[in-house]
Amino acid sequence: MAKESGLSFHTPEELKRVPLVGNNRSVSWITDKVSEIVEKKTPFWWYAAFAVTSPIALMGLVCIVYQISNGVGVWGENHPNGWAWDITNFVFWIGIGHAGTLISAILFLTRQKWRTSINRAAEAMTLFAVVCAGIFPAIHVGRFWMAWFLAPVPNANGIWPNFRSPLLWDVFAVSTYFTVSVLFWYVGLIPDLATLRDRAKSAMAKTIYGFFALGWRGSNRQWRHYEMAYLILAGLSTPLVLSVHSIVSFDFATSIMPGWHTTIFPPYFVAGAIFGGFAMVLTIMLPASLIYPQIGDLITRQHVDKMAKIILLTGSIVGYAYLMELFVAWYGGNKFEGFTFFKARASFDGEGWYQWAYWAMMFCNVISPQIFWSKWARSNYIVVFIVCQFVNVGMWFERFVIIVTSLAQDFLPSSWGHYSPSTTEIFTFIGTFGIFLSLFLLFMRFLPMIAISEVKLVTPAADPHHGQVNDKH
Amino acid sequence: MDQSDKKVYAVGAIFSDAGSVMSAAEKIRDLGFVHWDVHTPFPVHGMDQAMGLGKSWLSAVVFCGGLLGFTTAVCLTTIPSFGIYPMIVHGKPYDWRTVVSFFPIMFELTVLLSAFAAVGGMLVMNRLPRWNHPVFEWENFEKVSDDSYAIVIESRDPKFSVTKVSDLLQTVGGTEISVIREEA
Repeated sequence: MAKESGLSFHTPEELKRVPLVGNNRSVSWITDKVSEIVEKKTPFWWYAAFAVTSPIALMGLVCIVYQISNGVGVWGENHPNGWAWDITNFVFWIGIGHAGTLISAILFLTRQKWRTSINRAAEAMTLFAVVCAGIFPAIHVGRFWMAWFLAPVPNANGIWPNFRSPLLWDVFAVSTYFTVSVLFWYVGLIPDLATLRDRAKSAMAKTIYGFFALGWRGSNRQWRHYEMAYLILAGLSTPLVLSVHSIVSFDFATSIMPGWHTTIFPPYFVAGAIFGGFAMVLTIMLPASLIYPQIGDLITRQHVDKMAKIILLTGSIVGYAYLMELFVAWYGGNKFEGFTFFKARASFDGEGWYQWAYWAMMFCNVISPQIFWSKWARSNYIVVFIVCQFVNVGMWFERFVIIVTSLAQDFLPSSWGHYSPSTTEIFTFIGTFGIFLSLFLLFMRFLPMIAISEVKLVTPAADPHHGQVNDKH
Repeated sequence: MDQSDKKVYAVGAIFSDAGSVMSAAEKIRDLGFVHWDVHTPFPVHGMDQAMGLGKSWLSAVVFCGGLLGFTTAVCLTTIPSFGIYPMIVHGKPYDWRTVVSFFPIMFELTVLLSAFAAVGGMLVMNRLPRWNHPVFEWENFEKVSDDSYAIVIESRDPKFSVTKVSDLLQTVGGTEISVIREEA
């Protein structure tokens, strides 16, 4: 056409896709490098790291036992601050889990192939974060041995739970989320456990990996159902993950507390959860890729760049939500809402008790990720790591601000009350980091932390038409 | 016991890349074999068509699971709340219009039982777990979970004969063709 009409167009050269696996590695290279991490002798750094995290985890468990045996009084909670650090920590940890499900499910459905090298570790992070999250509401019930009152059965007094209560919805949401995440993670692991089984030298490793691989044979008749199961689980997890943090936000939004009673909460909580979760993924993955330089071709700068962009996007959504809350507090004209936002939280006149927490949150969550507009910042691992730490801190402060500022200074000044955490409370929270990191170290040591069969699928060799005349790759 | 005393399970061949195993599978499909399989280290896209397999009907199982979950949740929330133990909290309404507040539980249980159906259904349809299988006796099989591709044609196939199938696998480009025997 162009030539016939006498015009000539310059056809620009086709842009080459940056390969997802660096250096054009072969399929067996991927098997070797990922399996090696599990098969080699336990390195010294692992023992050193575990020697630090496991006592912290143990300390957390001791605090939990102490709290259970003495009652909630060992915490700093009081009237009116019936919820404080415990629910802050619960929401903090459950939010972190959301990035793992986002990577494994939503990015799978949207065909973001770069997810394959990080999804396994991110899903593991989800599980361990949900384990840590579950601890807090469970022990906050006070009489831990009566936690079964949460179950949808008539309790010891013949009373049924209130199915209209968001707290009961939370029980369903969190337990479903944990169960489905475990299933999704395990289904993804089956082919890789078969790989480890086939490579195992010792009889014990062969037996254990073989047992959990369930006799997987990688036959196409199996892959057919397997891929359908994986697709369906991704399809189920996507609305599930959005529902979990929405329901967590209902715990607040369905109450009448100023600062909680808002319709923006579900999307704002979900965006914040993904934001904080990606920061935690990078917090874990950056050191892991330094320790294991051989997986540098699998977790590339491209991955870090994309995750930094997601942090920038979700951080900006969170920033929008913060500003919108302030706007609505002013525009809505509700005195109590206005007091919470302008006096207790932002506290432009310095009347609020927790002003510092609000502005720490604002800086960490809204200002600090804006540096990711610069390509330099996104490609500099040190900058990325530092910003992620700001985000981790900021997202914890966000939950603290929401919970404590609303409760401490609510309607009547006569019912106000300060809150500060007790030592037990602080050490319980630190202890959950020990539990989280110890579980993650065990995961890195004994399971393939990169999804071997999925990464193989994104290499050029996996394309049956690779190398043919009409090859577009 | 002598190796050759055991019943022949199948004849297997190894292929070096996804493209060649796929074109081989297409030829075997066209010859009308029924009981055969392709073993690959990752799901090769397009292999279902190459083997002449249709859609996986796991989705139907999952639909039933979801339906069961939804029904369970409807019963679990409405029977106690409207029948066994109507509860008035804070003087708020408790009639049929409050059914909206049961939606989260209905959603969660639908997802939960669908997920169980997806995983359980997948395992049943794949006949897993099955820790012993004749293909595990084949020394080349360990490579399949790494970077090799295998085609295994089973002896129960009506067109099976050791020599003919071995020749066929040779002509379609297979190497290391071996007879796989039943365990003991």
